[in-house]
Amino acid sequence: MHLRNALRAATALSLIMVGAAQAETITIATVNNGDMIRMQGYTDDFTAKTGHEVEWVTLEENVLRQRVTTDITTKGGQFDIMTIGMYETPIWGANGWLVPLDDLSAEYDVDDILPAMRGGLSHDGTLYAAPFYGESSMIMYRTDLMEKAGLEMPEAPTWQFIREAAAAMDDPANDINGICLRGKAGWGEGGAFITVTANSFGARWFDEEWMPQFDQPEWKAALDFYVNLMNDYGPEGYATNGFNENLSLFQQGKCGMWIDATVAASFVTNPNDSTVADHVGFALAPNAEGVEKRSNWLWAWALAIPAGTQKEEAAKAFIEWATSKDYIELVAAKEGWANVPPGARTSLYETPEYQDVPFAKMTLDSINAADPTNPTVDPVPYVGIQFVAIPEFAGMATEVSQEFSAAYAGQQTVDEALAKAQAIATEVMEAAGYR
Amino acid sequence: MARAVSPRRKLINTGLAWAIGLLIFFPILWTILTSFKTEAQAIASPPLFLGFDWTLENYGVVMERSDYGRFLMNSIIIAGGSTILGLIVAVPAAWSMAFVPSRRTKDILLWMLSTKMLPAVGVLYPIYLLFIQLGLLDSRAGLVIVMMLINLPIIVWMLYTYFREIPVEILEAARMDGATLKEEVLYILTPMAVPGIASTMLLNFILAWNEAFWTLNLTAVDAAPLTAFIASYSSPEGLFFAKLSAASTMAIAPILILGWFSQKQLVRGLTFGAVK
Amino acid sequence: MATKASRSAARLMMAPAVILLLGWMLVPLIMTLWFSFRTYLPLRGGDQGWTGFDNYVRFVSSSAFWPAVQTTLLIVLGVLVITVCLGILLAILLDQPMWGQGVVRILVIAPFFVMPTVSALVWKNMFMDPVNGLLAHLWRFFGAEPVSWLSDASLQSIIMIVSWQWLPFATLILLTAIQSLDSEQLEAAEMDGAPVLKRFFYIILPHLSRAITIVILIQTIFLLAIFAEIFVTTGGAFGTRTLSYLIFQRVLESQNVGLGSAGGVYAIILANIVAIFLMRIVGKNLDT
Repeated sequence: MHLRNALRAATALSLIMVGAAQAETITIATVNNGDMIRMQGYTDDFTAKTGHEVEWVTLEENVLRQRVTTDITTKGGQFDIMTIGMYETPIWGANGWLVPLDDLSAEYDVDDILPAMRGGLSHDGTLYAAPFYGESSMIMYRTDLMEKAGLEMPEAPTWQFIREAAAAMDDPANDINGICLRGKAGWGEGGAFITVTANSFGARWFDEEWMPQFDQPEWKAALDFYVNLMNDYGPEGYATNGFNENLSLFQQGKCGMWIDATVAASFVTNPNDSTVADHVGFALAPNAEGVEKRSNWLWAWALAIPAGTQKEEAAKAFIEWATSKDYIELVAAKEGWANVPPGARTSLYETPEYQDVPFAKMTLDSINAADPTNPTVDPVPYVGIQFVAIPEFAGMATEVSQEFSAAYAGQQTVDEALAKAQAIATEVMEAAGYR
Repeated sequence: MARAVSPRRKLINTGLAWAIGLLIFFPILWTILTSFKTEAQAIASPPLFLGFDWTLENYGVVMERSDYGRFLMNSIIIAGGSTILGLIVAVPAAWSMAFVPSRRTKDILLWMLSTKMLPAVGVLYPIYLLFIQLGLLDSRAGLVIVMMLINLPIIVWMLYTYFREIPVEILEAARMDGATLKEEVLYILTPMAVPGIASTMLLNFILAWNEAFWTLNLTAVDAAPLTAFIASYSSPEGLFFAKLSAASTMAIAPILILGWFSQKQLVRGLTFGAVK
Repeated sequence: MATKASRSAARLMMAPAVILLLGWMLVPLIMTLWFSFRTYLPLRGGDQGWTGFDNYVRFVSSSAFWPAVQTTLLIVLGVLVITVCLGILLAILLDQPMWGQGVVRILVIAPFFVMPTVSALVWKNMFMDPVNGLLAHLWRFFGAEPVSWLSDASLQSIIMIVSWQWLPFATLILLTAIQSLDSEQLEAAEMDGAPVLKRFFYIILPHLSRAITIVILIQTIFLLAIFAEIFVTTGGAFGTRTLSYLIFQRVLESQNVGLGSAGGVYAIILANIVAIFLMRIVGKNLDT
């Protein structure tokens, strides 16, 4: 009797312990973008499949970045999965702060991840974060206005054509701006846009000796072109417009063209939010005449596991679930193919149903046209297209883009802004010991 | 208070005050109105004031997406806890400063205020590392302590000024009757200081409720208050004004309601010793 | 008079608050000082050793330093002037007899209850947006060109947002003080036919001087540290980078804790200079 009770207790105890080892609660920090919010809605599916529970910490992009960076650099251990981008992944991976994702299951089919995404989320050939969704940038334009202007958008236009088209579509009397582009300060906002624009004019952030290049004519050409284009045909106050501001302008029918993230395509073609949903066409991001690099970037929001988490297995299980083909099918079945997270997997673009989505092909072409290891015309010592994957970049580029935004607002000239940018970058690079 | 004035002047006063009051309140009103619109109506041009289809959709979305109750609970616990803890520490200190002043009392008061001048962001890493060591990250206890420390100087100062206004004669009389220190504080001072303590509590509750740097940076899940709730609705990809407005309304409603009921108390109580 | 016993009891009662605040001040301060002398780059392997006064020199010699100090002072000064002036007028108005006084008061106080992040988001997106903002609609309605508030009038816009948040606080304290004003004295002056302005300058203003001092003192402490309003609206662009925002950029955006800590030390020094300055000007009002 006595013994039996003891045995029973032991069995119960071991069951509890096994249960505890199996079913865990993982904490995931993520950004408050639509696709992630949707993912949260399907958490129950994950819990049903694996038994693990999920606690979400959803924050806006800037706060998220600040929060997860503080935590990982101090080894605070607050999160079991962090949502990070293509900028952070290689840097953190190199520091040994992330769990390598080199033992994912065969069923997961890691080779299905788009090569550009896999490359951008790896360090020394090891994958450190799994892309949840990926994006490039492309032109979105109003087919009706283009027709009215008597023009036709080529598949791969030049900046010169964009300027002509903007001039033709600009119609202040009817509250239509020829073109809307990002001008907001911040390395991930206007900073990203002007960097890719500069790339397409043959400019680069640094030469092979890490010498800042803002004093070169290509940068001046790019910035001059951008400022003139926007002053002539852009919306009021474009110096403070970022992704969101431009999105609402475009959805309200106030822009002839908009060059921005490919994920915007599903927003502008969604009739619930967009007044112009039926009149949107897509084209590759432009380049300056005679420059081989186009102005499209590459970005992915990806899931990574901080090294040192006690719940690595559960975290891996979550990543395999959230970035799997099954998840894509789950969303497609419930909300339609236009709403699945784009830009991560090759198989998605081979799915016939997805090929019917109007922006699918252009998104894939844009992603494929981006090469983070070879982003500019002249060789550079860095990886990244709209960013430079070094720890100093975020701070430096934010300050540089603030100078540019001040030039957009007419508070200083392009030359002044470039001179300041050169000074800021030189100072930072010297302080960091590159030079 | 109620001075006799001509009805005409009263009318002018009323009109002017209401106009200004509504103007100041308008941004909040607009936020509340926007929270009942659809996202498309929220950015409609020209703007829609009342003539839109009122919808509770945004509140539904917010309630479904986030565990509002938990954020609210954390805000109440952190703001309330830090206020109570602050009072426990501050009442004796303010009492002794007010009734047993020394030459250094004023210096100590000013020094206490000066501790508020260290820019929070400059000490983020030190405090974060400290919290890791102490195991206080993402704990309500940790935030209660931090919020208490941040607001302690204000609490001490406010209480000090209230206590100063209590006539010393009463205390002396009590002492003559043989009241102990404890009795003195409990039965004489405290009742007389209740209005002051109440408005101190209110002010500190509001300050702790609205603090958005430490509450965001030291929490994740368990202790995240409404400031973190707001951070999950500000500037996502896509349209968000209406949802943000709904979330904002939910975040400020509790404190607005509290303010509404305690308005008289606040108007009377926030003297900071300004009244002689 | 205080006996020896009550004096030591008083010390004992003061001890917890003093010790706690001393700890809260000293621990971060010492850590800040320590880091400020070190090369501490979290993204480059953390603490990399002693560097002397390099961080201090670099922080001050950065082209962003003096403009940041200037911006900080401008914002503090601008908000103080606006909130105190409007606060006095508003307090006088709210003290007058009227219908619905309680409701008007809550309307005026309400902005104080709004989180800084929320108010910045609301102002930026729903009011100051040059295309969809309400102010833009208003301007267009009157046939004027909408203003790009946050780029063309960035500093003024931030001062406005912050003033909106702090006006209730100033009004509250000033109102409390006005209510304590002997109304007989005022009425007597009124009877004597003293003009409104005279009454204001000779009776009301002197009576309010103490309250004004307190408003200035407390607001300055909070205003020197404003952060959320800038973080949300301009991100430090268009000349709105304050000293605490510059420190934020160094610590979190550039991930240079050593440099940011040196900035923190400068911020403390600036705060103390402002405090001493304040004490000189207004301190005599504070004699209790």
